[in-house]
Amino acid sequence: MKNFIGSRVLPDMVYHRPESMDEAKSLLNKLQQFRVVAGCTDFIPAIRRGAWRFEDGLNILAVKNVRELKGIAEQGNTVTIGAASTLSEIENSPVIKKHSPILADTVKEMASWQIRNTATIGGNLCTASPAADMAPPLLVLDAKVTVSGPDKEKTLPLNEFFRGPGQTILHSDEILTWIQFPALKKGERTFHIKMGRRNAFTLSIISLSVWLRIKDGDFEGVRIAFGAVAPTPMRAHRTEEFLKGNKVSPEIIDKGAEIAAGEVSPISDVRASAEYRKDMAYVLTKKALTACVL
Amino acid sequence: MKTTISLYVNKRKYHLDVEPRETLLEVLREKLCLISVHRGCQEGECGVCTVLLDGDPVNSCLILAVQADGARITTLEGLRKDSELHPLMKSFLEQHGFQCGYCTPGFLLTAYALLSRPKKLSEGEIREAIAGNLCRCTGYVNIVKSIEAAANQKDAGNWW
Repeated sequence: MKNFIGSRVLPDMVYHRPESMDEAKSLLNKLQQFRVVAGCTDFIPAIRRGAWRFEDGLNILAVKNVRELKGIAEQGNTVTIGAASTLSEIENSPVIKKHSPILADTVKEMASWQIRNTATIGGNLCTASPAADMAPPLLVLDAKVTVSGPDKEKTLPLNEFFRGPGQTILHSDEILTWIQFPALKKGERTFHIKMGRRNAFTLSIISLSVWLRIKDGDFEGVRIAFGAVAPTPMRAHRTEEFLKGNKVSPEIIDKGAEIAAGEVSPISDVRASAEYRKDMAYVLTKKALTACVL
Repeated sequence: MKTTISLYVNKRKYHLDVEPRETLLEVLREKLCLISVHRGCQEGECGVCTVLLDGDPVNSCLILAVQADGARITTLEGLRKDSELHPLMKSFLEQHGFQCGYCTPGFLLTAYALLSRPKKLSEGEIREAIAGNLCRCTGYVNIVKSIEAAANQKDAGNWW
């Protein structure tokens, strides 16, 4: 029964629930060892199956009630999402539907209604699964993330946030606070595809986001991002460079999709083989670009 | 180390001493004896532990009780009205929406939350909404029929 899910009890924990960043920062200063949690939809299952282990006495810093981490707003053409926003809040937000519909579309296909009501965007990014569904759309939106430590803050492109599977640049005393990106402008189009082993409530075998700006029949701006086909969510820079400046045509799209399949570096795992993922990178890039230009 | 939390469960207020490691599922089932909340996968995949938190369906196995401090929780027991069956339950009876019944409380609560939102639902939308509840017995067809039949009642969503 050792590997039976649910067989491992949660450790004895000390629960801290700051309501403001000031409270959170003073806790960051005070506590030696702690773990930042929000929705706990990855935290609890990981402990149950033994993937993460913690000693009794673990300090948990629950940030879901920190007021500065909530809220989705648009100001001066920049959309800001608090890291503790739940996936449902993003799905239902009129700001997101208007200024970045690709995020609402992506969230709709994540997990289940129950999970979306609890899980947060910050948690999805900080758990940093290579298949994190929120990452590809945010990457093509050119998102930046703000990270707060006990005495300072820094903002960096999301591109630089992931270091490897399950690893981010966050230090042990830092919290992801918010995510920002430019609101979608007229003439910019986005598209997202997720492929899993089943139609609902599934981990991604491969996910892909596209952002395009077309001018006079040419690809003027292109951003393409993949999930689940590399150690981290990634932008397909060579594919983007190829497409930019080229005429929008089925032949160019086909060539671009081939280049994309060459840029990804998937592994074989329980969900799919590396070869299948590479094949699907070609198929889905073609599908996404075609859908996006129509 | 125990903390005291307040929970409003099925419209009653409770003050409970809980440890941070206790999940909402454990507190509802074992401390409050609300045994309609079932234990299944313990990792938020099966939905048999579904309860409504401030009106929204959540997996109670993934919520630490301390995080639910101050929240309004609804379990299936909250849909009781003396000995009268809730119209949703009647619909599941009439349309044979359950067999062993283990997943049924979770489905009923998800359906309750779904139908309390004013929107005309297609079969596809119902199926998407219940994606977080698994059933090993029925094959889902009669569950969807039960929800559709309930949704088509003229006072759907305005029950208790």
